[in-house]
Amino acid sequence: ALIEEVGIGTPGMATGMQEKQYTPSLLNFFIYNPKFGPREGEEEKKILFYHPSDVEKNEKIRNVGLCEAIVQFTRTFCPSKPAKSLHTQKNRQFFFEPEENFWIVMVVRNPMVEKPNKEGKPPTIEYQEEEILDTVYGAVLQQCYSMYKLFNGTFARAMEAGGVELLTQKLEKFFYRYLQTLHLQSCDLLDVFGGISFFPLDKMTYLKIQSFVNRVEESLSLIKYTAFLYNDQLIWSGLEQDDMRILYKYLTTSLFPRHSEPELAGRDSPLRPEVAGNLLHYGRFLTGPSNLKDPEAKFRFPKIFVNTDDSYEELHLIVYKAMSAAVCFMISASEELGREFCEQLDGLVGPQLTLLASDICEQYNINRRVSGPDKEPQFKFIYFNHMNLAEKSTIHMRKTASVSLTSVHPDLMKILGDIHADFVRVDEDEEIIVKAMTDYWVVGKKSDQRELYVILNQKNANLIEVNEEVKRLCATQFNNIFFLD
Amino acid sequence: MSEEHYLELCDSPVQFENASSVNNVFFDEANKQVFAVRSGGATGVVVKGPDDKNSIAFRYECALKSLCFALIKQNRPVFSFQNGGQGGSEISQVCGEKNATVLGFCWTSWNEIVFITDQGVEFYQVLPDKRSLKLLKSHSINVNWYVYCPETSVILLSTTVQGNVLQPFAFKCGTMSKMSKFEIELPVVTKPAKIILSERDIAVATIYGQLYVMYLKHHSRTGNNPGAEVVLYHLQREGACKRSHILKLNTTGKFALNVVDNLVIVHHQSSQTSFMFDIKMKDTDSNLNIHQPVLPARSIHPYKIALTGPAAVGSQTPVPCELCILFLTFLLGSGYLWYLQVKLKPVVSLLQDKSKLMEFLLRRRDCKMVILSVCSQMLSRGDKGSLPVVAIVFDKLNQVYKEYLEAEQSYTMAVECGPSRGSTAHKRPVRTQAVIDQSDMYTHVLSLFTERKDVSHKFIIAVLMEYIRSLNQFQITVQHYLYELVIKTLVQHNLLYMLHQFLQYHVLSDSKPLACLLLSLESTYPPAHQLSLDMLKRLSTANDEIVEVLLSKQQVLGALRFIRSVGGHDNISARKFLDAARQTKDQMLFYTIFRFFEQRNQRLRGSPNFTPGEHCEEHVAYFKQAFGEQAFIKPVTL
Repeated sequence: ALIEEVGIGTPGMATGMQEKQYTPSLLNFFIYNPKFGPREGEEEKKILFYHPSDVEKNEKIRNVGLCEAIVQFTRTFCPSKPAKSLHTQKNRQFFFEPEENFWIVMVVRNPMVEKPNKEGKPPTIEYQEEEILDTVYGAVLQQCYSMYKLFNGTFARAMEAGGVELLTQKLEKFFYRYLQTLHLQSCDLLDVFGGISFFPLDKMTYLKIQSFVNRVEESLSLIKYTAFLYNDQLIWSGLEQDDMRILYKYLTTSLFPRHSEPELAGRDSPLRPEVAGNLLHYGRFLTGPSNLKDPEAKFRFPKIFVNTDDSYEELHLIVYKAMSAAVCFMISASEELGREFCEQLDGLVGPQLTLLASDICEQYNINRRVSGPDKEPQFKFIYFNHMNLAEKSTIHMRKTASVSLTSVHPDLMKILGDIHADFVRVDEDEEIIVKAMTDYWVVGKKSDQRELYVILNQKNANLIEVNEEVKRLCATQFNNIFFLD
Repeated sequence: MSEEHYLELCDSPVQFENASSVNNVFFDEANKQVFAVRSGGATGVVVKGPDDKNSIAFRYECALKSLCFALIKQNRPVFSFQNGGQGGSEISQVCGEKNATVLGFCWTSWNEIVFITDQGVEFYQVLPDKRSLKLLKSHSINVNWYVYCPETSVILLSTTVQGNVLQPFAFKCGTMSKMSKFEIELPVVTKPAKIILSERDIAVATIYGQLYVMYLKHHSRTGNNPGAEVVLYHLQREGACKRSHILKLNTTGKFALNVVDNLVIVHHQSSQTSFMFDIKMKDTDSNLNIHQPVLPARSIHPYKIALTGPAAVGSQTPVPCELCILFLTFLLGSGYLWYLQVKLKPVVSLLQDKSKLMEFLLRRRDCKMVILSVCSQMLSRGDKGSLPVVAIVFDKLNQVYKEYLEAEQSYTMAVECGPSRGSTAHKRPVRTQAVIDQSDMYTHVLSLFTERKDVSHKFIIAVLMEYIRSLNQFQITVQHYLYELVIKTLVQHNLLYMLHQFLQYHVLSDSKPLACLLLSLESTYPPAHQLSLDMLKRLSTANDEIVEVLLSKQQVLGALRFIRSVGGHDNISARKFLDAARQTKDQMLFYTIFRFFEQRNQRLRGSPNFTPGEHCEEHVAYFKQAFGEQAFIKPVTL
């Protein structure tokens, strides 16, 4: 009961004799390439980015040198798998080599408890060095790179285009803002999965969406790829899975939360629906021009990089939304997009998407009514399928830009992470049942490429009852997939 | 230019001798046969029909002034009748009052005949054996003229001074029923009372199964009248006859009417062209049933008669049936009888609006191949923005397809229920050419289309999905070969993630063949394995297949746990599992599996030993060698 969520590095509003809990926070984040300054005295050249930037030069060099040494040293034991993390009492360091010789290092301060002592004496600090999970923060680090790559392309391409100077510029520009949005205290198993939540939909409505996407792509042939989302959940992706995964992450944790729904906007708000012909439509651009009527409107769209392993494509990212339906249109960056194109797109997509969005909403409500509220899961669970990256969680509330809210105690979330780490270690299907400190039972199941984690709160339940309960959950919630019991 | 002519004459016309002083030519509407009567029948009667391979010829002793025909094919006698009962050689019959004039007679069935006089109608049954007629019913009414529709056995009588009040009678199985009379609205009312409505301007025809009276309404040239029009009156068995459609001709002159394939064809004499109307084709800009011609007026495709060169199309008399009679008396001194046919191919190029075109084609008799070729053509061009059109066309096809399937289904259900409940015999729905099913589309359109190299794969997939969407919209079960085509195309272009998403949303419905197809893709796309297993699981009839798949992956324990979860573990082959367990070279696994089956034997038969029928001797020996004699479960001895 003493634990409370607090911001990065700031103590909670503790008073009197209460303990202060500090959540894990970002200490350092740096990127280096050991090949860039091999000679003594040139070490600074290795450093491409360093956060925080106001750290003294020698300390930067020292920290980078230390990481380099650790990686080099541990490589002798296992050349194929270099070190991933370093545990110390006060912090934990994560190493990641996304491209050859380019290293990203993230240093996270362990969570700690500050216990006040008697008057005058400084408080005792206890570091909770076992509280953070390698898998979770390792995944966060990889996500940082993926997000950078989505908007900037690979390090190597930047080097080719403009040398170290360009690369450092890009890194500076991107990570300066991005690192502020990292909320290390609320990272959990879902960050490890980096999954995609799919919107449940009946076949007919899905086919209508297919038809819509195909028609738009046909009439606006500039469009190379399209992705369709509803309620922040994916329905269709023309992009390959890995690219979609990171784009989805960007859309749901950054872009969408920044835009409020126009339906909720007031009468005189600029977000009122457009009237095109006799059709009222709610379509609007989330990227690019915020108001087409504005003569000063800018027609610049963010650029993204996809298929970086082979065709390496740079694309304009147009995100267009009508009510709860959002569509991403991706167009080769070499195309000039201006007012004319945007108006054409708005006129074509706006009315259709508005109709489609209300169709989906209606269908969704019908399906919900059919299945009934009784079938809404009483269980708290996380499901993930490695094959299609499908993820479902009844533990997590809506993800917002700032923080992800979970409905369970962080200790339980940590158990989930631990079970996952166990699953990673073995190839075979297995099941782990954990009795937590409180009345909770935590069950983890792995079947082929799927993982399921269930949290049960049943007083005095025994192992057999818990097992039965999970079986029942599988039979009702996952009856349409092959899930070994 | 020949593509321009959407009307043509049939290939083999009926040829007959010219009408002359010694020769009379008659046309039997009911049987669609031409009678050439020479010298009043004394020198011979030749009967020819368009379907007859051989004409019938016979001699007739007596001079004929008038002739009516009955079932010549069955070699029934020809009856002749004369006013006042004179000269009938076979059967004679006096009809009407003394001063009545016989206007004509019609056969309403093979043994029923109706006489029309200027004073009424008389309905007789023919008794061939007694060589006499029996009066069934008669009705007195002043008649100017009459028109008969043989297909429906309806006679229209023109009454009143102006002749524009029409009294229809329907004949069926010995009954004559008077239908409600109706008035034709005349364009101008002349002061002196005289007959205005002529029988030449009236025709009766069945269009889309409904009976219509067609009135050719000539407008006076005065004023700014747009031109003549054909007014259709819908004649119902019960209830009043209503004016239902107006066909705008936009010109004046002499006209002739035909109904071919439910299309009203209006021939315009002076321009030598024909207009085509489809009363089901609605003009969007008017909710009244005013119709413009489907296509611009064109002449009938010139017909070449061997030896003589092209024959011009002469004047035509209105014939209220599916035949066009053209007496080309000025040629060779002989006559021809043709069918008028509608050529659908020229319509395709003349009617640009694909949606209208499809509706039009679907209502035609010989439409299948034309529709399929329109589909192929439409897809091959791949015009920008053609997908919405493709969608509309598919929807139109599938609507007709669905209606047929539903009719078929309710027929099957009715038959299964037996005749006990339904009093009327169930009629099997007729499958018209407009029913374009999935196999037609696959064979003639889609399979060829997906092979095309000059069309982008994006478009190909979009079209396939559009077809599947349309089928789903009409709740038609999609055939496996269409899914196979989708999968083949996706795999060919390496769009496996797309395939994965389709399967995720069950766009490709579950089936064992599809699951097997997915299994075969596993080497190129590993997730196909999971997709396949999920599908087999959902089918719930494929437990054996699931076991096979798991065993092939050496997931022996998984297979066993699965079969136990579905309650099938008492019936599985022990040998199959033990074989698979041995192959894993995992001793403990083998032990576990072996022990499971020993326990099963104990439970089922009271002894842990395997029976010879299970062929497990080899595994028993291996178990003994690996774990020793004492590892076997001891048989329980009581």
